[in-house]
Amino acid sequence: MAKELLKGNIAMAEAAIRAGLEGYFGYPITPQTELLEWMSERMPALGRAFLQAESEVAAINMLYGAACTGARVMTSSSSPGISLMMEGLSYIAGTEVPVVIIDVVRGGPGLGNIAPSQGDYNQIVHGGGHGDYHPIVLAPASVQEAIDLVVLAFDLAEKYRTIVFVMADGNIGQMMEPAELPPMRPIKSEYPHWAVRGAMGRERRILSSIYIDPKDEEVTNYRLMQVWNQIQANEVRYREYFLEDADTVVIGFGTAGRIALSAVRAARAEGIKVGLLRPITLSPFPAPQIENLIQRVKGFLVVEMNAGQMLDDVLKVVKGRVPVEFYGRMGGMVPFPDEILAEIQRMSREDIPLDGDPRQRWMKRLAPVIHWQN
Amino acid sequence: MQTEILIAGFGGQGVLFAGQILAYAAMDAGREVTWIPSYGPEMRGGTANCTVIISDEEIGSPLVLNPTAVIALNLPSLEKYEPMVKPGGVLIVNASLVNRGPRRLDIDNVFIPVNEIAERLGNRRLLNMVAVGALLAKLPVLTLDQIKQALEDHLPERHKKFMQANLLALQEGADFALQAQGVKVE
Repeated sequence: MAKELLKGNIAMAEAAIRAGLEGYFGYPITPQTELLEWMSERMPALGRAFLQAESEVAAINMLYGAACTGARVMTSSSSPGISLMMEGLSYIAGTEVPVVIIDVVRGGPGLGNIAPSQGDYNQIVHGGGHGDYHPIVLAPASVQEAIDLVVLAFDLAEKYRTIVFVMADGNIGQMMEPAELPPMRPIKSEYPHWAVRGAMGRERRILSSIYIDPKDEEVTNYRLMQVWNQIQANEVRYREYFLEDADTVVIGFGTAGRIALSAVRAARAEGIKVGLLRPITLSPFPAPQIENLIQRVKGFLVVEMNAGQMLDDVLKVVKGRVPVEFYGRMGGMVPFPDEILAEIQRMSREDIPLDGDPRQRWMKRLAPVIHWQN
Repeated sequence: MQTEILIAGFGGQGVLFAGQILAYAAMDAGREVTWIPSYGPEMRGGTANCTVIISDEEIGSPLVLNPTAVIALNLPSLEKYEPMVKPGGVLIVNASLVNRGPRRLDIDNVFIPVNEIAERLGNRRLLNMVAVGALLAKLPVLTLDQIKQALEDHLPERHKKFMQANLLALQEGADFALQAQGVKVE
């Protein structure tokens, strides 16, 4: 198929439809509303279910029920709406039914604003809902990658009976880039052995997240952890840029990752041996890849559009063996490549301490930048 | 090699579409391209801008601090983005709506009355295409023919009746920019 110039939100919606989406449940919120809007036109036209719920709380519970039928279903929202979905999300995790959720992250906390942000990292990657569960989290950095990851999300969700998030941000949602959509897959004709679709002529099946006896709940938790171990072993995805001879490695995902790519290229043009590791799966986290790099690099620079949420995951892997620096912009601010380039240049000049807190050092450097803007 | 073009003006001036037509033409020419709007609680008459990046390799940041070229379709956009143009870059200004001349010696300035030109062609809404024509005369990142083809291929069917007028507007803009004498810097 030929490339088309596609807006991220619409590309993600159409990719889901072509992946065989049977039901969409959602509630409008900027900056992802075009996604829901596209669904509202396309899904009924194809004879599939589109439902604009009365709230995000309703949408996630409709998604939960629909997922229990074994159908391919999804919802999408942006940060405050995702917060509202957390209870339902935990129920979905506890019931072990596959769903896909797209979070087009915006500036927060609170009502915040509608600018691009990565402030939902901790809520999405490290839970948000109650109990022990680990969703798969995919972070696209371009419109094409957003399409590919939405399709992958459905396959992974069904393979592991798990929640898969596609965590984009306002930039990915609003940007237009040439991209190729996949061919239309037929709606599935066979449903999994656990699906609840009417029990005429067979044993009754029950899907629930209630395990009144803690012994049963522990068995369920153990099973969830076994699945999570498989996911960690098999589903780590990332992209590497200029890592062959790099002595400094920038780590950034999504929009922050691609902005870092511009900075890395500019630094390379100055002869600085710097590379980029761009995690595509935030969960499972590419810890083994970072572990390998520790053996041969002088330091890491973590770049995010938040106050260092992934930074903590990097520090957990590095364990003080090489210096780690951080640069982030918060609240819907998006860094320019020049800011990241200045950090790379500084790291190539200065000795970065092994001890101390990279977040505290960053706050000191950021203060005059914020001051200057006002 | 990467070229960054920022187009800014009032909502309703065709800022976003001017960027999109550059993006379509770049895509059809087999280049890498990103188009990103400033989005916010915006409305007709408010400010609007978009950035188009055209490149031969995977594009990193979709936004840049110092674009190669700026099209400023009103005075607030001129004030905001004139200082940002990369040295040696191009600045296209809607002279119909600004009351001053250029302030930078190190860039190629074109002050062009796009409103009047568009009105003379019979439709004020053509002003964005006049500006795109002027831009490409100074910044040969795409040819006018590539833009014309992109209009043919991607203009919504209901707008096809404006095809000839759009082509004329592109040409008028380009002609003006090529004939314009160096403008006096304040």
